[in-house]
Amino acid sequence: MVNTKVNLCGIEIDNPVIPASGTFGFGYEFAELYDINCLGTFSFKGTTKDPRFGNPTPRIAECTAGMINSVGLQNPGVERVIDEELVKLKKCFNKPVMANISGFSLDEYIYTCEKIDEQEQVGWLEVNISCPNVHGGGMSFGTSAKAAAEVTKAVKAVTKKPVIIKLTPNVTDITEIAKACESEGADGLSLINTLLGMRIDLKTKKPVIANKMGGFSGAAIKPVAVRMVYQVYEAVKIPIVGMGGASTAQDVIEFMLAGATAVEIGAANLIDPFASKNIVDSLPEVMAKYGINNLSEYIGGAH
Amino acid sequence: MKQSFYNVISNERIAKNTYKMILSGDTSDLTATGQFVNIKLDGFYLRRPISVCDWDETTITLIYKVVGDGTEKMAEIEVGTTLDVLTGLGNGYNTQKSGDKPLLIGGGVGVPPLFALCKRLIEEGKEVSVVLGFNSAEEIFLKDDFEKIGAKVYITTADGSFGTKGFVTDVIKDLEYTYFYTCGPMPMFKAIESVATTSGQYSFEERMGCGFGACMGCSCKTKYGNKRICKDGPVLEREEIVW
Repeated sequence: MVNTKVNLCGIEIDNPVIPASGTFGFGYEFAELYDINCLGTFSFKGTTKDPRFGNPTPRIAECTAGMINSVGLQNPGVERVIDEELVKLKKCFNKPVMANISGFSLDEYIYTCEKIDEQEQVGWLEVNISCPNVHGGGMSFGTSAKAAAEVTKAVKAVTKKPVIIKLTPNVTDITEIAKACESEGADGLSLINTLLGMRIDLKTKKPVIANKMGGFSGAAIKPVAVRMVYQVYEAVKIPIVGMGGASTAQDVIEFMLAGATAVEIGAANLIDPFASKNIVDSLPEVMAKYGINNLSEYIGGAH
Repeated sequence: MKQSFYNVISNERIAKNTYKMILSGDTSDLTATGQFVNIKLDGFYLRRPISVCDWDETTITLIYKVVGDGTEKMAEIEVGTTLDVLTGLGNGYNTQKSGDKPLLIGGGVGVPPLFALCKRLIEEGKEVSVVLGFNSAEEIFLKDDFEKIGAKVYITTADGSFGTKGFVTDVIKDLEYTYFYTCGPMPMFKAIESVATTSGQYSFEERMGCGFGACMGCSCKTKYGNKRICKDGPVLEREEIVW
């Protein structure tokens, strides 16, 4: 019998398979299809202080082996997430959940993280720093080591649970941002968020997406993601949650060999609602095929 | 919603750029007319959402228009092919509000989901009028099928090559009806909105990521809050729509 358990920032999870934020809602849509307790955990829909409708439609464009989205963090706001979504989730998920938090200012991150940290169901906070900083000229927090460090420090000061900072790949040197977050006390890092992308419709001669550009995800981005996980693993000591195009158990193991302790499954959930369950189910067999008994021993194995 | 594998038992051209595909398999998750399926196609990352034209215990009929690379690929699918399909998606039309004389208004590729709706309304003993708008005579489909099940059918063509020359609104302004149901392009919806005299239901189209409510790709604002076209729609009631 193979062992798929891993320890993510002090919490042991049954397997490293984690549906990624924005592709799994608050879990209950998928709980209608299968028992979501088979997952390691999942990262719920990116939550902000205030309710957000998000960006205008069209928000989705298809690409070769991937997709672009510009949903724009549509969510009901932290109060309703706690009062409604987490209540519904409790009925179908009995493991600690990963709470994905976004903000457009330091104060918003502090407000939302403090409230979410108090929730018993929450195991980890995954802090998305790819959003624009409204007080910083609209530049993403995650593209500056200084701003990334400030968010990390501010969130760590108001939380007790493990804080995982989710990094954007749209930077010159991701290891510099990773080290800045680690130095301010981040308990873990997750990477990569989507790559900035664009598609143009030949019929209309205009961008497909209303917001012109959006986040490119899906199988096509996996080599970029694996490379960045590999680089960050060499730069920091804290655990890494790898993601970016992972769609199979083989992909999960590849990310782990690069240095990931756990792996998030994103766009794959949208094209196959059973994708994450299928990965969990096939993981033992794929491990056996490659002579892996204890998965956690292979974290960073490619280094 | 259910994920199932279906066998393609026919896939043929029925009008200009318009194809009819019949799938054989489990149809138990289709619960209302106006729902859609989401089809995985070889070589494409996202599924293709297609409205259900009709179904019975073992088959689903789809009518689709070739509008891009995906539907072009669909038109080439051979009989005997197995397709991975998500079924029973969306809310569908509510027939309880129709009154005795409902009016169905379809524009082009928006016509197919009205067929099963029409059957259902007639089964419920209602007197159904159907107005179908096309660009030209060579694009017309389903006319005879609607007539065969007992609907009163009016056809408009933009170029006047068949039926009334003009748009669906040129016909519906003279009709009497208790309620309306429509599916078609946005300019047609706006024209209907300016002449319709009763309450009604519109079926919307939007670019979708997943088709089952997970990604928030197809959200819209309504008077009663944000809705996902794929999960809370595609059918919205006239009173809730923000134009």
